[in-house]
Amino acid sequence: MTILVNQQKAIPSGFSKILHFHWALAFLLAAVGSIGILMLVSVAGGEMEPWAAPQMTRLAFGLVLMIAFAFVPVSVFRRLSVLAYLATIVLLLAVAEYGATGMGARRWIELGPFRAQPSEMMKVALVMVLAWYYDALPAEWTSRPLWVLPPIVLTLIPAVLVLRQPDLGTATLILFGGGAMMFIAGVAWQYFALGMGLVLAAIAMVFMSRGTKYQILENYQYQRIETFLNPASDPLGAGYHITQSMIALGSGGVSGRGYMQGTQSRLNFLPEKHTDFIFTTLVEELGITGGAVLAAAYSLIVIFCVLSAISNPNRFGALLTLGIGTTFFLYFAVNMAMVMGLAPVVGVPLPLVSYGGSAMIVVLAAFGLVQSAHVHKSR
Amino acid sequence: MKIPRHPVLSGSPNRLTRRAAIVVGVQAAVVGLLGWRMHDLGVRKSSAYAAMAEENRISLRLIPPARGLIFDRQGQVLARNRTQYKVDIIREQTIDFEAVLSRLATLIPIGESDLERIREDVARHRAFIPVTVANRLSWAEVSTVAANSPVLPGVVPGVGHERMYPFGTSTAHVVGYVGPVSDYDLKRIDDRDPLLKIPRYQIGKTGVENKLERTLRGSAGIRRIEVNSVGRVVRELDRVASASGQDLQLTLDNRLQRATLDRLGDLSASAVALDVRSGAVLAMASSPSFDPNSFVTGISVDDWEQLIEDERRPLLNKPVSGAYPPGSTFKMIVALAALESGVIGADERIACSGYVEVSNRKFYCWRTEGHGNVNLRQGLRSSCDVFFYEAARRVGIDGITAMARRFGLGQRHELPLQAIHAGLIPTRRWKRINRSQSWLIGDTLNVGIGQGFMLASPLQLAVMAARIATDRNLSPYLIRAVGSRALQPPATEPLGINLEHLNLVRRGMHDAVNHARGTAYAVRNRRKERRFAGKTGTSQVRLITEKEREVGVLKNEDLPWRQRDHALFVGYAPYEDPAVAIAVVAEHAGSGSAIAAPIFRDILRAAFDLGLTDGSEPDAAPSRSSGSATGLSDLG
Repeated sequence: MTILVNQQKAIPSGFSKILHFHWALAFLLAAVGSIGILMLVSVAGGEMEPWAAPQMTRLAFGLVLMIAFAFVPVSVFRRLSVLAYLATIVLLLAVAEYGATGMGARRWIELGPFRAQPSEMMKVALVMVLAWYYDALPAEWTSRPLWVLPPIVLTLIPAVLVLRQPDLGTATLILFGGGAMMFIAGVAWQYFALGMGLVLAAIAMVFMSRGTKYQILENYQYQRIETFLNPASDPLGAGYHITQSMIALGSGGVSGRGYMQGTQSRLNFLPEKHTDFIFTTLVEELGITGGAVLAAAYSLIVIFCVLSAISNPNRFGALLTLGIGTTFFLYFAVNMAMVMGLAPVVGVPLPLVSYGGSAMIVVLAAFGLVQSAHVHKSR
Repeated sequence: MKIPRHPVLSGSPNRLTRRAAIVVGVQAAVVGLLGWRMHDLGVRKSSAYAAMAEENRISLRLIPPARGLIFDRQGQVLARNRTQYKVDIIREQTIDFEAVLSRLATLIPIGESDLERIREDVARHRAFIPVTVANRLSWAEVSTVAANSPVLPGVVPGVGHERMYPFGTSTAHVVGYVGPVSDYDLKRIDDRDPLLKIPRYQIGKTGVENKLERTLRGSAGIRRIEVNSVGRVVRELDRVASASGQDLQLTLDNRLQRATLDRLGDLSASAVALDVRSGAVLAMASSPSFDPNSFVTGISVDDWEQLIEDERRPLLNKPVSGAYPPGSTFKMIVALAALESGVIGADERIACSGYVEVSNRKFYCWRTEGHGNVNLRQGLRSSCDVFFYEAARRVGIDGITAMARRFGLGQRHELPLQAIHAGLIPTRRWKRINRSQSWLIGDTLNVGIGQGFMLASPLQLAVMAARIATDRNLSPYLIRAVGSRALQPPATEPLGINLEHLNLVRRGMHDAVNHARGTAYAVRNRRKERRFAGKTGTSQVRLITEKEREVGVLKNEDLPWRQRDHALFVGYAPYEDPAVAIAVVAEHAGSGSAIAAPIFRDILRAAFDLGLTDGSEPDAAPSRSSGSATGLSDLG
């Protein structure tokens, strides 16, 4: 009987792992990636080039990577967590030093044949290192001031590095991601109240420093915030993107203007239509219906993560799964809020849909970690 | 204290689950917010956003109509549209307007003042309205702009039409000129035509161009086009063609018009020639003239000031806007008033001793030694002032003004021209109101020789001559045809003057030219079929005091220009079968017989030579024969 119970509760090994694979999650991820490819075909005017074809390769590669990761015991990732974090920090520093410049920012680094955005990798590495930290930390110490400090430092270091690239969007997501991890791990409410207060004070400082020699943000960043607060103030200037985006979203109506029929994107009124604003194109052409389907798929992915995490007795695995699910949520929620004019335009791509290699592969690799945690939890 | 190394399976799953639930709750709220926003944009405000998307996509472009052409009676083009290359800029498509403009300025010549004007125009009009950056560009310049279009978003090279007046000065006052519509124009005219919203749209500013603006303008066509975000036209969705303005044919004969203006030369003078059978204005010249083309292309400040400061007032259309004391040319009216009221017999003689004294004031005849005993016919022939003082005294001012009105004086003759002067026939009432004085007998005497308060325009004098020649109340008209529709001359009725009286006056005018003692004997024409009747006039513009008369009246040459006499001549020809009536007024030029009569003779000779007196009418409406004349050749 013990043997039987042990067998039932055993962590799957070998080829049997594939039986415990979260197929529904994998299918959803592939489906969302396919929607992205369809939209990339549309914004290219019905052509596979220049975006859809490379995106397909990356999606396929990412899915393979996810399956490969699923076979790796989650304990391996736990041991690699700190290393991954440190390596990514090194890459971030390298980007600052040697990175390629694009659109006024240093974000990319050449890694052999690949161009990588370490800031994307950092979102996952941070989740890993914090999951490791809270796994290693006795639960009752979680809210002790001394032990609250390290996660904050671990979060702030990459956030500051990314902010200096400058990439306000990703920096914000890293901060949110770190905070979410701490919250999930059970840090006391009071710290978050304190943190909120500090953030508000920081925002006040950021604005009060404007125009002085201690100015914290770049001028364009202030401008983006102002535009967010009142896009109509300059519809042909800084508010152009968001105004055109909202026109595209609104004109789609319930059922959309039809696939490849979106005039806003086809006639180039939409900015960044293949990357940050691809959701706008989707809603313009496929309507709220299309947007809701995509949002539902995203939500389901997050729900799968949550369900997998709460049934996972392995604290590292559970924290990792929830952390990645939450980071993923932050990605798509901020992107959607941004194109709908609910958040400043901060340059956050729509995960799995926006054109872009690093983000796609990092997201799928992260879900590889989720799969690994899912497969290797004891049942 | 030993840190308890907790087992992998421990931790606090309950707490994790609780926190996870909170996270999911927050996430659900965020998704709910996104869903609400989605609904707000895509359902509640969808139609508004759909309209905005259409607006983005669809751009309405006005197609300006071709302005109607203006022809003379022979079908010669007096105003046409010249094709020219231009470059427009559409602000909403430039993204960075100033950058595009400065880039454009490196390709084509744009001056500082142009830049100022362009910025002003762009600021005044809505963002999607094209503003012309430069006109009259060479093909090379337009090609350069077109070749650089990728870095010049919102810059549109194109073909425009520009008004052109081939005969320039000779038709300047009648045809007028076009110019860019101004705020003042927009306020003054109640016109909702969208064309007027085109920056610098050319509308008629003066003359027929102005008065028949709506006929000439036509109506705008509309082109619905799909544009992309930088304004490049993706495709044309549909178009409503513009309706060209209607062509006009004037009654003017351009050849006579030019001959008349040439003959007036440097004088500050004007002349009107009417066809007495219809009232058609054959020539209407005002000297000095100006080049209307310079107003179309933009007149320089220097040229403008020169026009404004010239005391001969080149911009004034003197035939209708000038008003002068008619002087002795008014004597026919006084004669007819006297004859019709029966106060002077057909052969009654009045003694002229050089002056007549009325109410202790002397009224002089131009001939200080007097004319002796003269009858009416002789009075007209020799222009005896004393005879007409007496005639006027007998008729009284009311009889004179009534007769003047029957011959078209003191009333506006409506032509499609601006600032038509009504002249002035003074009455008792007029003097009481305007001078706060009662009418004196001396005033009547002055009116008797066309002086005093009397004013008449050259057009009115020509009409007067034509009515004397025909005994019909004909009115002048200037538009012979609109489009292909010929206009009828205004209907006329007999004036109802006793023919014997009228013939007597006509004979007086005949003698003034053809009798050896006539004031205009020097300019007579010996050929019977070209014989004409007329009347000289020399009107004073200053008061000659008794004191001056004692020391000797100053000669014109010794006076400043402004105080010299006006020289006038009115008449008609041929005497036996009148065909044309002509009035000539030369401001401050000297005497009617020495200055105005020769001008009259030469204009009349030109009219005879051109066959304008033989009563034949040219074809009804002109045809738009050649492409260059229409200016409609499409190069686009």
